[in-house]
Amino acid sequence: MSVVDGKEPSVKELRIIGFLCNWCSYGGADTAGVSRFSQPTDLRIIRVPCSGRVTPLFVVKALMSGADGVLVSGCHPRDCHYSEGNLYARRRLEVLKRFLPTLGIEPERFEYIWVSASEGERWQTSVTAFTERIHALGPSPAVKVNRYDARLVAGGL
Amino acid sequence: MSTIDLLREAIRAKLPDLDMVLAWGGDDPLRASPLFIRTESDLENLAAPHLYVSNLAVNLYSLRSKKIGLVVKGCDSRSVIQLLKEGLIARPSLYIFGLPCEGVVDAAKINREIPDAGRATGLAVRSGRVMVQTPENEHILDLDAVLADRCLRCRYPNPLIYDQLIGEAIPVGEIPDLYQDLDEFEALSLDARHDFWMETMRRCVRCYACRNACPLCVCKAHCVADSREPHWLTLETNVSQKWFFQVLHSMHLAGRCTECGECERACPMGLPILLMRRKLNREIRELFGYEAGLDLMTTPPLSTFSIEEENIAEREL
Ligand code: SF4
Ligand code: SF4
Repeated sequence: MSVVDGKEPSVKELRIIGFLCNWCSYGGADTAGVSRFSQPTDLRIIRVPCSGRVTPLFVVKALMSGADGVLVSGCHPRDCHYSEGNLYARRRLEVLKRFLPTLGIEPERFEYIWVSASEGERWQTSVTAFTERIHALGPSPAVKVNRYDARLVAGGL
Repeated sequence: MSTIDLLREAIRAKLPDLDMVLAWGGDDPLRASPLFIRTESDLENLAAPHLYVSNLAVNLYSLRSKKIGLVVKGCDSRSVIQLLKEGLIARPSLYIFGLPCEGVVDAAKINREIPDAGRATGLAVRSGRVMVQTPENEHILDLDAVLADRCLRCRYPNPLIYDQLIGEAIPVGEIPDLYQDLDEFEALSLDARHDFWMETMRRCVRCYACRNACPLCVCKAHCVADSREPHWLTLETNVSQKWFFQVLHSMHLAGRCTECGECERACPMGLPILLMRRKLNREIRELFGYEAGLDLMTTPPLSTFSIEEENIAEREL
């Protein structure tokens, strides 16, 4: 995990995908950046118009394609720009979170949170905590799926 | 009158008002196929109730412009309710013959019990016993031993929606679904569960029979699995594609699946894919106290929300 201000010697970076709502968390990440809060750099941000845009399948697809972690971040309940997108998202993402262990995927690899545009500090704490969590888990088992596929192609199974 | 005679007469009486009636028929003594009854003579091919295995509700969406009569068992009636409440079909163009169901037999289980089942000439069910006639033998089996899995945990043998009930409703006690299969599976380690799906999906031939058999999968040719734009799935025949498809199907059924089990029954590879759907159903029941296909009024839980969610904790990092 490399840290922007360079205090930590870098460990190998992992791939964390962040789906951030345009109206809040994306701004929150920006606020954190403008305030020069140091943040881990493992997160790849994908800007979405609303957390309600995030189908659970985005998360699954990312995890199965080799992402080590996926973070969805939207506006606090009651604060959605479209008034209810995040409330639909909350239900779907909660169901997904409970589904993952049955698939054999650590549910900790996926998290959803609410961060507003003004909460730069909250963003920094959240993204740091999530990155640390993913590093503790290590690289994703999706790597194993791909290895499995590679063995299949090689006729090993 | 026997159930089959009652049903035949009920259909005969209604047939003039309907474009067709969907029931089950054919000559195979161990399994019936869907029977599209258009004329009185088609009624001759009606099969006996213990063979009414498939869920005919799968045809309703594509036939929605017609006036259809449909025979439903308890489980099938839940698919009909779900289709109606999602506005995918309309009640006025449907006439429902409700059949209280004593369970249907699983031909694969009979095949396992009887070596010469392939040459069976007849099957009869009487008081908890199944008689299978073959050229040389008459085999007697326990009905419970050859019932379809879903019948063993069936809580709704009586149709929940119908215009006409055929025969008497069956008395049912409280039969809780304890999700024992799921508990056993979840007791395995995370790695073992992962490996289980790898091994299972390795055998998938990606025929999509599971999707096509699902009464609630109405997208058919517009399924995102076949779409290039968006391109969710590639044509590679690898485990990741096939596994992702199963998750996709399960997620699209979350809060809608009635556990009719047709997906699993249709699978030519015999893959235990209902387990994923059951997992989602159990979580949805715990989170939202909801079961699909029980009534017309409630909204599927993932199509709605509460501002304060009772069972979802605030997430913090
Ligand atoms: S997913 Fe399977 S069990 Fe659920 S409704 Fe569809 S066919 Fe039936
Ligand atoms: S029916 Fe079975 S083999 Fe065919 S796509 Fe579905 S899981 Fe795979």
